[in-house]
Amino acid sequence: MSAKNMEKVEQATNRKNISLPMSRVRLIMKSSPDVSCINQDALFLTTKATELFVQHLALSSYKNGSGKETNTLSYSDLANAAEESETFQFLTDILPKKILAREYLKSLEEMEKDADNL
Amino acid sequence: MAERPEDLNLPNAVITRIIKEALPDGVNVSKEARRAISQAASVFVLYATSCANNFAMKAKRKTLNAGDVMSAMEEMEFERFLQPLREALEAYKKGQKGKKEASEQKRKDKEKNSTDENDKSRDEEDEHMDDEQEGENEGEEEDVEN
Repeated sequence: MSAKNMEKVEQATNRKNISLPMSRVRLIMKSSPDVSCINQDALFLTTKATELFVQHLALSSYKNGSGKETNTLSYSDLANAAEESETFQFLTDILPKKILAREYLKSLEEMEKDADNL
Repeated sequence: MAERPEDLNLPNAVITRIIKEALPDGVNVSKEARRAISQAASVFVLYATSCANNFAMKAKRKTLNAGDVMSAMEEMEFERFLQPLREALEAYKKGQKGKKEASEQKRKDKEKNSTDENDKSRDEEDEHMDDEQEGENEGEEEDVEN
């Protein structure tokens, strides 16, 4: 891209003040049932809000997590945030806490035992 | 329209950049964490859309508007977003207005030119169109549909 074109793209981005592509966000929004039309301002706000959300989720998870010692934001930091924070509760299904395989097998065994006792 | 699963994901590079800018300098982000945040962001869009749509339906409107999204943010307990969102929207609307006026002016200028010059500027405009497609044509698309 020439310098002139780069400047144009930058200007366009700065004017909108967002990085996420609105076209993609719109695709996701349209996949929601019962949604017919989306006004341009609503699309912009949703895109911007998603960016704010990403920042908020990343920073909150990092602050509350053990990542501070390792200087890394890990998956478990996120899973913990989903479980412990009310605002991130809606994420518990997609950010489940991971358990060790042996713990899972143990709980499976216990479930089978209960089923037998019925 | 067939939707492939990857279309409902947000671009990884952009998500990564937003995460890095939010965290203190030098903090690493695991690949798994990045993927998870990206998925969480998609879920956020769906949740926000569904919530906003409820407000629109309550008001017997078929078109989701800015107010619906703001109400959804409150409902979802993201009040902290409201002020930055309001400010961003102001800037965005100003930018859109400027762009519209600029392209209208360009069109007016073109009409004044002779046919010879039209051929030349048409080539230039094609170049411009490619760049503007990054942002502007998306806007035009929305207007037509709404």
